[in-house]
Amino acid sequence: MAVETPLKGNIGESIKRKEDDRFIRGRGNYLDDIVLPGMLHMAIHRSPFAHARIKSINTDAAQAVPGVVAVVTGALLAQHKLAWMPTLSGDTQAVLATDKVRFQGQEVACVIATDPYVARDAAMLVEVDYEVLPAVVTPQQALQPDAPLIRDEKEGQTSNHIYHWEAGDKAKTDEAFAKADRVVKLDTFYPRCHPSPLETCGIVADVNSATGHATLYMTSQAPHAHRTLFAIVAGLPEQNIRIISPDIGGGFGNKVPIYPGYVVATAASLLIGKPVKWVEDRSENLISTGFARDFHMSGEMALRNDGRILGLRVKLLSDNGAFYADAQPTKFKAGLFHIVTGSYDVAAAHVEADGAYTNKAPGGVAYRCSFRVTEASYLIERLVESAALEMNLDPADIRLKNFIQPEQFPYMSATGFEYDSGNYPKAMQLALDKLGYKELRKEQAEKRKKGELMGIGVASFTEVVGAGPGKHYDIAGLRMFDSAELRVHPTGKAILKLGVKSQGQGHETTFAQIVTEELGIPAADIEVQEGDTDNTPYGLGTYASRSTPVGGAATAMVSRKLRDKAKKIAAHLLEASEADIEFDHGKFFVRGSPSKSKTIQDVAFAAYTNLPDGMEAGLEGVTYYDPPNMTYPFGTYLVVVDIDRGTGQVKVRRMVAVDDCGVRINPMVVEGQLHGGLTEGFGIAFMQLITFDEEGNCLGSNFTDYLLPTSWETPKFEMGETVTPSPHHPIGAKGVGESATVGSPAAFVNAVIDAVGHLGIRNIDMPVTSDKVWAALSEKGAAE
Amino acid sequence: MGQSITVTVNGEKKTAEVEPRLLLVHFLREKLRLTGTHIGCDTTHCGACTVLVDGTPVKSCTMLAVQADGQQVTTVEALAASGTLHPIQAAFKQEHGLQCGFCTPGMMLTSVALLQEKPDPTDDEIRWALSGNICRCTGYMNIVKAVKSAAAQMKASAAVPEAATASARS
Repeated sequence: MAVETPLKGNIGESIKRKEDDRFIRGRGNYLDDIVLPGMLHMAIHRSPFAHARIKSINTDAAQAVPGVVAVVTGALLAQHKLAWMPTLSGDTQAVLATDKVRFQGQEVACVIATDPYVARDAAMLVEVDYEVLPAVVTPQQALQPDAPLIRDEKEGQTSNHIYHWEAGDKAKTDEAFAKADRVVKLDTFYPRCHPSPLETCGIVADVNSATGHATLYMTSQAPHAHRTLFAIVAGLPEQNIRIISPDIGGGFGNKVPIYPGYVVATAASLLIGKPVKWVEDRSENLISTGFARDFHMSGEMALRNDGRILGLRVKLLSDNGAFYADAQPTKFKAGLFHIVTGSYDVAAAHVEADGAYTNKAPGGVAYRCSFRVTEASYLIERLVESAALEMNLDPADIRLKNFIQPEQFPYMSATGFEYDSGNYPKAMQLALDKLGYKELRKEQAEKRKKGELMGIGVASFTEVVGAGPGKHYDIAGLRMFDSAELRVHPTGKAILKLGVKSQGQGHETTFAQIVTEELGIPAADIEVQEGDTDNTPYGLGTYASRSTPVGGAATAMVSRKLRDKAKKIAAHLLEASEADIEFDHGKFFVRGSPSKSKTIQDVAFAAYTNLPDGMEAGLEGVTYYDPPNMTYPFGTYLVVVDIDRGTGQVKVRRMVAVDDCGVRINPMVVEGQLHGGLTEGFGIAFMQLITFDEEGNCLGSNFTDYLLPTSWETPKFEMGETVTPSPHHPIGAKGVGESATVGSPAAFVNAVIDAVGHLGIRNIDMPVTSDKVWAALSEKGAAE
Repeated sequence: MGQSITVTVNGEKKTAEVEPRLLLVHFLREKLRLTGTHIGCDTTHCGACTVLVDGTPVKSCTMLAVQADGQQVTTVEALAASGTLHPIQAAFKQEHGLQCGFCTPGMMLTSVALLQEKPDPTDDEIRWALSGNICRCTGYMNIVKAVKSAAAQMKASAAVPEAATASARS
């Protein structure tokens, strides 16, 4: 039997994950596992109404429950100027409602007690006298002139309109439409859904009343940014705030915002002088924290008769809920939605976006996507499908005809994005070959003759991820750079500290691999630390697929910085000139005589024991990396479905996913990320829906109503890859955590439309449930 | 009012006074500090809190601690109690069957119960058995692989002593 050489962990090696050892033993340390001496528990009393004026709040009964320490209301917070807090989009959000409640589930009062069961009992005893107001549940309603004003507390706010925002060139786009042979239109709604990581959000706030130090254990995807925001919101000196983000049970954007519960728990700990824990239950998570999407989109595409796209016009109406709290870069009101030209060479495009307040939970988080890129990708891919259908073109052919060609990179899009690199035809061809596209089209034609419904869905997405550069992209003013600090110890082992924060992505393994590649220290010898603001350099955190593009680049750059110093030390040890020293996989040697060498471990030891004269001791450094551009991962997804005419049930027969995320650091981890993203895309396309009745009651408030894919429904995926490195990233990587969620919903829906399009069905909005499909078939007289 | 219960948890008898309304998951997590059992949904859907009660997978967020009186409860902490990983643990790591790790204890315990009942399950049998355990990260493909790989491993190690005995006899 051949003896396997143990993998060192260089880039491209699928080494097993270091973090797994604790997780498989049940020894992870998640937020709810944290228990501090004397810790109290918080429960939240929430609004049962979507829109109501608060006439009075009576907390006497709650206060009287044995074990209750305090009941916090908005009035109490107002005394400390904490009843309202800023959002990540420059709006304000009620921490605890004082005047009105504006969505069902809004935070009204908090009970702090010695026991979590007691806190919940007492929270139910808070009595609120409400005057119920009419609720506004769609942005179309919200913008009617006679609509009830939701944000009546905002000075100068006379309607429910939040923002108007445009991108691209209107005149040029109008010209393109004037010249077009055909215009294809699609109105579609990307409904509200929720990221629903398996672990909900929570905090353990521990404010030491003697020293004023606040240690906040939080389920935070962005601990450093949260520290700064806490300092600003709560007026605490920033050096006294330490945020520790422990192991996180999935984030997907849900753990980017600061929620009212965090603020109240911190204030309560400050006022009471004891640690306070608050952990959401699942219903609270679904009804009040970070929803996603809720975009009403109208697209028009101008085409020549041969299928060439000339222009794109998009109108977007965004439902932002009661507070405009989208987590996104400040300068972009609808996130990066203007990436809507997708993978295509579109000469002219214009996007108009408007946002509206409704009586629904705030959020607008980037659910496993880079700031509204998912919505954009969905719209363009659905529009191309409509064009193919209406013009009787093959969905793959029309894409191949319009792709940005490999030689066009770097490519400046009509809405102002500079695409870094890509080879779209290659990825698509690989996907078509893997699927056996042509044969399946023949099968489809045969089936169609027999009246059977089979569809092949195509989607060729392009993402934009890895924000900054800081001069264009910031969160609440904080520039979107990221950081890495690397210390190599005398024995040649190392510790790497990062400004980003894993929620399951495997940073402890993959970031160590970047150091392994650059310095030659085995990944097993590198400890990766994240999440503790006292012990890691400042960074903007992990979301929008920015860890590898930004934090990963910082890691490569700091490794190179150390390598430069190590080279000098090696020259000293080898008694050679620095100019003659070469480095290869952990060894420094004199050019021309590779046998005379020193390992990185030898050099590390010398950095503390035997330095050249005048050199500072140690082998460590820190890098703050501001990317010159974003990265543009892409791919082609193909889905085959069979539809039952009797029930409308859609069965996903096959799915082929070809991704190009540039250089893959750990292929096993990349593939795992893609499997997860495809599954969430499948869930969004067919199952996951947060909807409301006309009174504003949330109809997706638990996992009975909000359906997530299980192992039973989830299709099996057939994976493929191409590698087009990012030219501006130090190791050529682009990021992959969100590609599959961005690209796959359109592939699934396109497959359904491909199956039923010949019947005259042009659109079925997500989630594409059996009843909707059956109703659409029935309307065309095609249901059985 | 407290009620006295005795539950054998991971082989050790634990006696405690508990409120009748205390959920088994809170008994395990808060009273015994066995925090490997997680809470994901409170409504018996997600399976993060799955433990084995007398060998059967049970969602411990929907069982009262008093209902476990006199029974055997196994949590993730028992899987590698001897210091050696259980084949299911080794397989989850080997096949990359976990990412954030939050569903993993429940997934592994459900899998262990499945493999007791069906030592050689098909993909569909695995997917059906695990359909009460939600994972938001992996898309299940590698979890299914891990269960199959653990099954093969367990079969192989069960076969070794038998083969050894057979050769000793001959």
